[in-house]
Amino acid sequence: MKQPLKFDLTQASAKTVAGLSIKAWSRAAVIAGVFLALLLPLAIKGFLVFQLTLALIYAVAILGLNLLTGFNGQFSLGHSAFYGIGAYTAAILMDQADVAYYWTVPAAGAACFIVGFLFGLPALRLEGLYLALATFALAIAMPQLLKSTPLEPWTGGVQGIVILKPDAPFGLPLNSDQWLYYFTILTAALMYAGAVNLVRSRTGRAIIAIRDNPIAASAMGVDVALYKSLTFGVSALYTGVAGALGAIAVQFVAPDSFTFNLAIALFVGLVIGGVGSIPGTLLGGLFILFVPNIAEEVSKGLAQAVYGVILIAVIYLMPSGAAGFIRLIVGRVARSWT
Amino acid sequence: MRNDQHWMTVAAALAIAAVAANPAAAQKKYDPGANDSEIKVGNIMPYSGPASAYGEIGKTQAAYFRKVNAEGGVNGRKINFISYDDGYSPPKTVEQARKLVESDEVLLIFQSLGTAHNTAIQRYMNAKKVPQLFVATGATKWNDPQHFPWTMGWQPNYQSEARIYAEYLLKNQPQGKIGVLYQNDDYGKDYLKGLKDRLNGKMRTVAEVPYETTDPTVDSQVINLKASGADIVFNVATPKFAAQAIKKIAELGWKPIHLLNNVSNSVGSVLKPAGFDNAKGVLTTAYLKDPTDPTWKDDPAYKKWSAFMDKYYPDGDKTSTFTVYGYLVAQTLVAVLKQSGDNLTRENVMKQAASLKNLELDMLLPGSRINTGPNDFAPIKQMQMERFNGERWELFGPLMSGEVGG
Amino acid sequence: MDLFLHQVLAGVATGSIYACLALAIVMIYQTINHLNFAQGEMAMFSTFVAWQLMQWGAPYWLAFAGTAAFSFVAGIAIERALFRPIHNAPVLSHVVVFIALFAILNSLAGFIWDYNVKSFPTPFGSRSLFGDGLMSSHDAGMMGVTLAMLVLLYVFFRHTRIGLAMRAAAANPQSARLSGIRVGWMIALGWGMAAAIGAVAGVMIAPVVFLDPNMMNSILVYGFAGAVVGGLISPGGAVLGGFAVGVIENLAGTFIPYVGRELKLTIALFIIVVVLTVKPSGLFGRTVVTRV
Repeated sequence: MKQPLKFDLTQASAKTVAGLSIKAWSRAAVIAGVFLALLLPLAIKGFLVFQLTLALIYAVAILGLNLLTGFNGQFSLGHSAFYGIGAYTAAILMDQADVAYYWTVPAAGAACFIVGFLFGLPALRLEGLYLALATFALAIAMPQLLKSTPLEPWTGGVQGIVILKPDAPFGLPLNSDQWLYYFTILTAALMYAGAVNLVRSRTGRAIIAIRDNPIAASAMGVDVALYKSLTFGVSALYTGVAGALGAIAVQFVAPDSFTFNLAIALFVGLVIGGVGSIPGTLLGGLFILFVPNIAEEVSKGLAQAVYGVILIAVIYLMPSGAAGFIRLIVGRVARSWT
Repeated sequence: MRNDQHWMTVAAALAIAAVAANPAAAQKKYDPGANDSEIKVGNIMPYSGPASAYGEIGKTQAAYFRKVNAEGGVNGRKINFISYDDGYSPPKTVEQARKLVESDEVLLIFQSLGTAHNTAIQRYMNAKKVPQLFVATGATKWNDPQHFPWTMGWQPNYQSEARIYAEYLLKNQPQGKIGVLYQNDDYGKDYLKGLKDRLNGKMRTVAEVPYETTDPTVDSQVINLKASGADIVFNVATPKFAAQAIKKIAELGWKPIHLLNNVSNSVGSVLKPAGFDNAKGVLTTAYLKDPTDPTWKDDPAYKKWSAFMDKYYPDGDKTSTFTVYGYLVAQTLVAVLKQSGDNLTRENVMKQAASLKNLELDMLLPGSRINTGPNDFAPIKQMQMERFNGERWELFGPLMSGEVGG
Repeated sequence: MDLFLHQVLAGVATGSIYACLALAIVMIYQTINHLNFAQGEMAMFSTFVAWQLMQWGAPYWLAFAGTAAFSFVAGIAIERALFRPIHNAPVLSHVVVFIALFAILNSLAGFIWDYNVKSFPTPFGSRSLFGDGLMSSHDAGMMGVTLAMLVLLYVFFRHTRIGLAMRAAAANPQSARLSGIRVGWMIALGWGMAAAIGAVAGVMIAPVVFLDPNMMNSILVYGFAGAVVGGLISPGGAVLGGFAVGVIENLAGTFIPYVGRELKLTIALFIIVVVLTVKPSGLFGRTVVTRV
């Protein structure tokens, strides 16, 4: 009888490799990863720290998108708008109201939650592609709104807003790049913990149920409308927090920074990392930051084409994203060792 | 013995004199990015994305530096031109600038393109004290040595150009009604401001109609302009839209006085698609020689440029003024580097860039010279007006100097 | 009143651009139930091919026919090579492949033909009809071509066997297979036809907006909007939707004070979203009722 190709995690967790269960191995890997992440900025150049900070920020943004699309099944092409709103909230607060940077992050999250929730309400009536179009409209509208004359006194119009990166507090011997990296890790850790908790809770199960079978979920007593809108809000909150961090990292916001191309990038990161996988978002963030640079190294003139080819290759190799692929590989390796 | 001592003294004196006269020859000073054999020059251009047409400029510059290197380099050093793509997105510009400065360790960044994009890296460059030289945008804000001593523009800024148009109108059509078509971004708004500031209320704009780069055509906007009763049109649009506007105005049977901004006055890239007959009578300013203009057909400068393109950048578009622009800025940088001699510190490069005196580059209009000073970070200020006669641009009037800064 | 009329006609003219592309989008949607994000780039690439053929000396109609044929074959090739291998993958992965195709075509076109704007000839001339430039002969010609394609498609789907087979394959692949229809090849055929329609759209659009690798970017947005408003399953609705978007956009830009001009696209899209909220399957779409 043919062995099923799909790897059964429950089966594997009972097995052991070199005395430790798979679960223990994966825990060890995560801890090692965390250690590495914490020590890295002290060993590498400032520019690489900056890039890793950005990758982590994108990962949080993708996590937001994942909550909506991966776990709740609502297709969004408009998360660049929430990222932008978060970024501008932070920038305006820091530039015009002299608010300290650490307060701008939750403020951005709150603002985006409200906007996301309000957008989610009418979006309830739209399914699949029609929702995609509505969110697409939001993504296209955002740069236009940011540039528009009525909003110019706050947004600085096309010129954008320049802000300053904060220095390390309490006189810690870190430069501003390193400090921002740690601040981002701290914020990201909170966000990830929140996401994991949410997904494992009753609310999370309701959200996933809505994705898998909205009619059955509603028949089971889940208030589909409320949960869908709330998920929109929470998803926007996550991406908005990422946007605020992004504004601080880049020290500049302008309408051109938040175009539809960003929404596409986030979407690509989501799929590559693995739809419905929380750790996958980290891979997604790394992918969308570093792979375009790699593509540029390969060919200056055809950089986008190379990027497209890489995307296609990755999808062929890993149709369900990197996270699923890694699980598959780990499973195969574990099976061959035991 | 007396003779020997005498000669030795003379010899010593001569030696000392020689060293004293050429102190630089004895000391070479380098900042990161420069050494005995090469000078690393960084550049950021939109090779992909909505503004990818401007990537032509970066490619021309790369070709020019290849030529310079083939001919021995600058003071014996090769130019290592490192150019990255930012996709016309400011966060990417920031990333690439940091990469160039911190990872590739270039001596300076040259011709980064886009107003928002240069704004994004301006503070960083000035804080790191790395020259942000000859930025590829005509925004007026780059001439501000007081606040940003490491940032310098190159081309005549938009407001200066708009002033020239305003003065032309005040002199020739003071009772006219002006309609403005402008791109709804910093470039368009800068021109609009320059025009209105100089007109100072003496003439009115009866319509100011913006368009977005996401609009497929500007036909609707042109119809609105005509309906406003304007008899003068100020066309502040990038090449594609400028061509559409010229064409639509002609289709409507409307014949206003048509002032076309400098960015879009290429015969090959704009007037040809628009239709030469439709473009008859259009006015603009120029500061460089349009390669498609038959006026320069036998000009030695044109021939030299054409030979350069054929040899080093055969895929380049010889009908586009972008290639002449890239060529000229590259030449300006080479002049600055040459002037820096062996003192290739960032501070000295900036100092030399701010001390260009009457530099003549042959693809600039005849009589035009580049001048900079410690308080004058606008290398090119001189422009001349020209009128399209259906076949070519005809220069008229004097070479003028617009002067707006800050 | 005169301005209103003028803007409406201009809107109809631009709308026919959107309608052309919307037809191709609906064509693909009817075949594979997905939106092809790379439709605009395929059309753009085809238009460049046509331009290149004319540069090499081919007369207009020969280049036109050659390009349509090339696009048809290329569409089939893309489906077979790129999408068939992943047809079991989740929908979202398909979308990433569309995005990749977009990037590849855009970059390739820029690499081969550079990013400078090129003019593209029109077989209809640029005369002004109805005097005073209310509409140009090319605009009228473009509308005529769009309507002709619409009629051809209608005839194809309703009155030919292959058209029937395609509709069956899209509606219910399982049953269609059981009836002996080669579903895989129906999908490929759909791609080919969409590509050919896109090529015609591109060739019609280029004389107005000028040819460059980025020419379709914003038009794609409007094309989608038009297609969705029309209902995504109705080619006639797509065409009407395209015209509607063009007219609304122009009127909004002219008559909504202050922000109308800056937020034209936003307003057009907003109106579409409102339409969808009221009628979620589009103006001419059918509401699908599923049994639970």
